[in-house]
Amino acid sequence: MAHAATPEGQQHPIRLYLMVWGSLFILSACSYLVDYFQLQGMLRWMLILLFMALKAGLIIAVFMHMAWERVALAYAILLPPLVVLVFVGIMAFEADYTLFTREAFFRGG
Amino acid sequence: MPDTAPADAQDTMMQPGGWRSLVADWSSDQRAFKSASWGKAMMWIFLLSDTFIFSCFLISYMTVRMSTVVPWPNPSEVFALEIGGTSLPLILIAIMTFVLISSSGTMAMAVNFAYRRDRVRTALLMLVTAAFGAAFVGMQAFEWTKLIHEGVRPWENPWGAPQFGSAFFMITGFHGTHVTIGVIFLLIIARKVWRGDFDQQRKGFFTSRKGRWEIVEITGLYWHFVDLVWVFIFALFYLW
Repeated sequence: MAHAATPEGQQHPIRLYLMVWGSLFILSACSYLVDYFQLQGMLRWMLILLFMALKAGLIIAVFMHMAWERVALAYAILLPPLVVLVFVGIMAFEADYTLFTREAFFRGG
Repeated sequence: MPDTAPADAQDTMMQPGGWRSLVADWSSDQRAFKSASWGKAMMWIFLLSDTFIFSCFLISYMTVRMSTVVPWPNPSEVFALEIGGTSLPLILIAIMTFVLISSSGTMAMAVNFAYRRDRVRTALLMLVTAAFGAAFVGMQAFEWTKLIHEGVRPWENPWGAPQFGSAFFMITGFHGTHVTIGVIFLLIIARKVWRGDFDQQRKGFFTSRKGRWEIVEITGLYWHFVDLVWVFIFALFYLW
C-alpha cells in the first residue's frame, strides 16, 4: 500500500511500523549496554544522548506521524521545545555558580 | 463550532508544500492547520504544554545534581536487581523500557487498523497496549516499594545527595500518573471501538457528539508521548 496522509487518515504499511519497533528495541538495547559495560566520561554521555535523540526522532516522525503532517503543524509543535535548550543553558550556568559558592564558603565549614 | 473533518483532499492538494506552505497556512486568515482536525491539533498543543512541564522537572533535576557538593547516588547500583545470584544493573528499568516500547508498537498498529476500519483488531491491539501500560505501572510500583524500604525519602537516602529522592519521586511519579491516565483513556476508547460507536455514529455520553475513528490516532498521540517522555527519563535520570 502506498504512503498517504489523506483526510481520512494515515495509511502506511504495517511493515514500516514493525521496522521502527525493531529499531527502537535495538537502540534501547544499545543504551542499556552503555550502562552494562560501564562506559564512562564523554563517550558515555555522547552515546546516551545519541540513542535518546534517535529514539525520540523515530517515535515523533513515524509513530506520531509528524513526518506526514504539514509544515505549519510540525514547526508550531517542534520549534518551541528547542527554546527549552536556552532554559537548560541558563540553569546550568546558575547551578555552576551555586556549586562554586558552596565549594568556596561551605566546604569544611 | 461545526464538527468539521480536515479540509478536502482536493483543497490540500492545491496548496503549496514546504516553506511556502508554512507562510501560506499561517497567513491564510482561516485555520492554520489545514490537514489536522481540531481534535488532533489540540492534542498536539496539549502535548507541547506537557513537554514544558516535564522539561521543568528534568531541568530542576539537572540543577540540583550539578550544584550539590555531595556525590550523586549511582543509579546503576541503586536500581540493580539480584536475579539468580548475580546482580544485574538497571535490569528492571531496562525491562520497563522494553515493555513501554512494545506498547507503543501495538498502539501504532492499532491506529493503522483503525484507519482500515478494522473494529476487532483495533480494539484488541488497544487492549494489549493498555495491558503493557498496566504492567509498566505495576513494575514502577514495585520499584518505588523497594526504594522506600531501602530508606529513600524525598529529603534523604542512604547513598548520597538527598536531592536524589525528591527528583526520583517527582519525575517517575508524574510519568507514572501519565501512564495510568493513558491506560484509562485507552480502555474507554477501546470500548467505543469494540461497540462500533464510530461506524454507527453513536453520540458520546459526555459531549453528545458523534465520534470519529480519528480519536484512535489522537489517543495514540498521547500514548506515544508517554513513551517519548520515558526515553528522556531513561537517558537523563537512569543512565546519566
